Amino acid sequence: MARRQGCTVSKTYVHAPGFVAGDRPKIVTSRFEFADSYTLERYLATDGYKGLRAALSRPANEVHEDVKSATVLGRGGAGFPAGVKWGLTPQQVWPRYLVVNGDESEPGTYKDRLLMERDPHQLLEGCLIACYAAGLSQCFLYIRGEMAVAQERVAVALNEAYEAGYIGKNILGSKFSVDIILHWGAGAYVVGEETALIESLEGNRGMPRLKPPFFPAANGLYGQPTIVNNVETLANLPWLLNNGVAAYTAIGTKTSPGTRMVAVSGHVKRPGVYEIINGTTTFRDLIYGQEFCGGMRNDNALKAFVPGGGSAPWFTPDQLDLPFEASQVGPAGSMLGSGAVMVMDETTDIPAAALTLTHFYAHESCGKCTPCREGGTWLERILRRVVDGDGTDADLQQLLEVGAMICPGAFPHAANEELGLKAVPFPYKMTTICFVGPSAFAPVHSALTLFRSEFEARVKKRVTIPVTAVGASA
Amino acid sequence: MTIMDPIKESVVDPNVVNITINDKPVAARKGELIIAAADRTDDFIPRFCYHPRMSSVGMCRQCLVEVETPRGPMIVVSCMTPVVEGQIVRTTTDSVKKAQEGVLELLLANHPLDCPVCDKGGECPLQDQAFSHGPGESRFVEEKRHYEKPIAISDIVYLDRERCILCDRCTRFADEVAGDALITFTNRGNDTQVLTFPDEPFSSYFSGNTVQICPVGALTARPYRFKARPWDLEQTESTCTSCSVGCRTVVQSSRDELVRYQGVDIDPVNWGWLCDRGRYNFESVNSPDRLTTPLVKTGTELVATSWSVALETTARMIRLALAGNANSVAILGGARGTNEDAFAWAMLADKLGIDQRDSQFGDGLSPEVFNLAQATIDETCAASTIILLAPDLKEELPVLYLRVRDAAQKRKSRIIEVSAHDSGLTPHAWRTVGFEPGHQARAVREALSTPEMKEQLARGQVVVVVGRPNLAENEMFTLQALAEVFIAAPSVKVLPVLRRGNVRGAIAAGLTPQNNSGDATDILNAAAAGKIDCLILLGADPMADVPDSGLVQRAFTQIKNLISIDTMINDSNRNADVVLPAAAYGEKNGTTTNLEGRISNVAQKITPRGTSRPDWMIATELSISLGVDIGVSSLEDLSEKLVGTVAAFAPSVDAKSTHGDGVLMARETPVTISSNLSKVIDRNTYNLRLVVSRTMYDSAGSTVSSPSLAGIITDAAIFVNPLDLARIGVVDGTNVRVGAEGTNIVIMIKSHNGVHRGVAWLPFNHTGVDIRPLLNISNDVIDVRIEPIK
Repeated sequence: MARRQGCTVSKTYVHAPGFVAGDRPKIVTSRFEFADSYTLERYLATDGYKGLRAALSRPANEVHEDVKSATVLGRGGAGFPAGVKWGLTPQQVWPRYLVVNGDESEPGTYKDRLLMERDPHQLLEGCLIACYAAGLSQCFLYIRGEMAVAQERVAVALNEAYEAGYIGKNILGSKFSVDIILHWGAGAYVVGEETALIESLEGNRGMPRLKPPFFPAANGLYGQPTIVNNVETLANLPWLLNNGVAAYTAIGTKTSPGTRMVAVSGHVKRPGVYEIINGTTTFRDLIYGQEFCGGMRNDNALKAFVPGGGSAPWFTPDQLDLPFEASQVGPAGSMLGSGAVMVMDETTDIPAAALTLTHFYAHESCGKCTPCREGGTWLERILRRVVDGDGTDADLQQLLEVGAMICPGAFPHAANEELGLKAVPFPYKMTTICFVGPSAFAPVHSALTLFRSEFEARVKKRVTIPVTAVGASA
Repeated sequence: MTIMDPIKESVVDPNVVNITINDKPVAARKGELIIAAADRTDDFIPRFCYHPRMSSVGMCRQCLVEVETPRGPMIVVSCMTPVVEGQIVRTTTDSVKKAQEGVLELLLANHPLDCPVCDKGGECPLQDQAFSHGPGESRFVEEKRHYEKPIAISDIVYLDRERCILCDRCTRFADEVAGDALITFTNRGNDTQVLTFPDEPFSSYFSGNTVQICPVGALTARPYRFKARPWDLEQTESTCTSCSVGCRTVVQSSRDELVRYQGVDIDPVNWGWLCDRGRYNFESVNSPDRLTTPLVKTGTELVATSWSVALETTARMIRLALAGNANSVAILGGARGTNEDAFAWAMLADKLGIDQRDSQFGDGLSPEVFNLAQATIDETCAASTIILLAPDLKEELPVLYLRVRDAAQKRKSRIIEVSAHDSGLTPHAWRTVGFEPGHQARAVREALSTPEMKEQLARGQVVVVVGRPNLAENEMFTLQALAEVFIAAPSVKVLPVLRRGNVRGAIAAGLTPQNNSGDATDILNAAAAGKIDCLILLGADPMADVPDSGLVQRAFTQIKNLISIDTMINDSNRNADVVLPAAAYGEKNGTTTNLEGRISNVAQKITPRGTSRPDWMIATELSISLGVDIGVSSLEDLSEKLVGTVAAFAPSVDAKSTHGDGVLMARETPVTISSNLSKVIDRNTYNLRLVVSRTMYDSAGSTVSSPSLAGIITDAAIFVNPLDLARIGVVDGTNVRVGAEGTNIVIMIKSHNGVHRGVAWLPFNHTGVDIRPLLNISNDVIDVRIEPIK
């Protein structure tokens, strides 16, 4: 029986600036060129729900095996293979859930938003395939609170799919039944962290849980085994089931097969979301390639770029030739994270850019653990003072010391020939529960390490007054 | 040379996990957290959010330590990391020191340095650990967070959000331990704060515990605010006697005045928690209304006099009454004092041949429940099934409620509640068996005979918690229901929950009817019939405590000489012939016995008010005046006699054993219980059957005379099911006429979903309306008719 969820689409919506078509393999963005890409008609006309039919015609464990051997990497940030993740749930514990993490809120990241706005059925089909393959009884689709259009589009698509019999009881006449429940967030960055998302879904304050004991695969939503997958990860599944493992792994590299979506923002000619080939496309291709961003705006010089969302340490032109491959970006001192590249040209005020990011993380701290709650705001306030021109050189040292309270030990950064810096590999140590705290420090650390002179130019030298003890002989 | 037994040596306890902390071997328990294991060594790990009696949250991050891993030393939070075999933990390395100092500096960043005016200053974990594990100075030069200085979040508790370090202890306690999730975090990040919900105060019965466990001065309680500085406090460990749970406390005084009680964590009883009534009714000890000199009636007035005159007068009255008939003297009370007090009076009564004595007032149970197989609180909370045949534990024995709730929450026990109206434990009960008063035995028989229940009862130990849930019914109904439980589960153990502080000790010491004489109700009936010449009240206020006030009034008009030993003037001794001032709690040493029979010490902390004396001393001096010297010259004498004479107290022979956890009474070979179901008149469907029970804040003397608690007492009201309310045709919150057998009262009616249909629930001893005219004890059950007032 069809159940109506959500609300209707507002007619006045204009597409976000974004996708540029090109002559590349397209796995998840194949329908983006159509104006009505989000409708069921268009979806069915372009191989829609064929992957689901293909999956349902085979035993679930075979489908699971396919996803495993295709090495579909998680696209949320950590890059953990989805097929392996599905296998971590304890057997014979019911009910077990799929939670779709659509709370995309990492600064610079907007790929999942486009996937939900422009091809919601592809996501729903992916959810159904995942539930079938991993043996999950119910799916919760958590969409970020601010994404009004995505919420509307997914809600409408969900209702269409229910009415057409793709979701619900005995899907497509099979014995497979599953329900998808929509849930809209209330606007908290930290809920993008999977355990905080589960807390929020349960109706609690969005605060991360501690692992252990709360590894979602064993002890997740309502204490039950729960798989949390990213939107893009699931959107890959219909194509995989339609075209087979061989076709999927033929694209990209062995360790990073397939494509991935990258959201580019900042000082390039054509910012937007691009589906690039995993593991081989380099940052230079992305920023300067004509089929992608087409170079820097006004042909300015590149100063720095953030390779994987606001919480990633920064790269400079020295790292342009690194490919989108976690095993190479990590040792180079940063991460691929959520697939967001933020590009800064020579006109960028680096301390101000760092402040923008740090402000975000300080503001979004959930307040649970001390270093993030207190340290994040402290960092922001010192940095603001420096940017405003009221800082002293002691403040720069203080920034690093406050950061060391959040992330003790060496913090990862990129190599830099000019400054004679050697790379410190990812990851960092941290005193916090989740990554929000270190994320507040990452931009500060990168900016201060790679562009210290810009900060020094901003601060006053502290005047030391020579003190002589009274009566002391000269 | 010692010969080692090779077999014995090789036996490895499977529950022991060997780890090293700072290169010293530690035998930890399986599943234990590093911080808990370290607490048993000399290596203190600083902490704020961690509390051994609550789940860990890892919020404050202060307990960071270093653990060796295959990838090198890692910094982990020791309150979230369980021990594993061979773990190497270091708590003092440079990187640990740096991490801990960092967290402390961050915690202090926004914490106001108002320690000189903060109540917590001097006993503040943040202050102490800033000294022991902090960086020494702060580099924070920004402006600190500002909030409105203390806001009252309940009648008792104040919250200063500037001082709060957001450790989640109070909110976790309220949610996890007390089950009153009335405070929570609001906002986020740097603006996170603890707050109540709008228009909903933190009115938890256990709110004082949050003040005690607050690691800073963010939560303070009205009774102690600005009263003393910690370094001025003197303290002694004692046992709370507000109810019979017997929570371990530390009694603190400043300038010879009680200023605070704090809970002490002992495993068998209270785990460190106290209820607010027990915690704050010390104010009644300091009350200006305390009696300071003996009073003797001269004409119609009570006039202050000397002890020698008062004792002579008392002795004369007793002698006069005894001259006619030993049965013309009776003693009521004694459950509020120490075991020694009760024993001294029992010895005196023995010498004088007074058999009519009772420390219960017809609102308890026959002492025969103590002869059944007994369970301790720990045994109860470890049982697979707990059957509740008891009053609402949350209202009457609050900390026992916390323990039983914990057992249910952690799924150690399943609760089968037998109750006529919902109690604090109803949400945690596995099954609830409802009944109309009078029919509980039948209800229990039917409920326990289902296959599901039989399976549950067979699962393991069954403990029945038995007390007096309803003052408006005959106690035999509860005993009959208890007998039914014994039929369904013959190996059941009993936890008797008689509520008065030391009622179990008083009964064991001899303040219970002797030689088949009658109980309190019989004594009062005899008095009403003019057969009692002299009645001695030992800290007893029958006018307030005996449900049937009509009976008490009739009795008191007939009694020739009324002698009261009490701390204050109350309704019962206002017209007494002699009032002797008694030393209160905190003013005398001795031992007390809790509901499970645990003997533990109560300690003197302050000088008795005025010339007041402990009850035992009064008994001793009276015995000399009466020429029947009980031969006691000191408390030590008396304790020795008690331990030597009364077998139940034999285990407390070593006075030290009554400290700390205390020692359990000797138990006799258990007997069993049987009874026949008695016939109960059915309720006229127009009437409602009355349930009268006590709530935590009623007009009890110690509550009324504690200013911080007195304001919490609510006005009397009658509660009925909303459907009955509709049937009667009255509006929620209006006054109605409640009548029974020719008497009636006018009282406010309230709708309550937790009251079963056909039942009316009337809390006892509240302000406003006196409900006792309805409570004629001679009836087995009481049916009332509720009518709208035209």
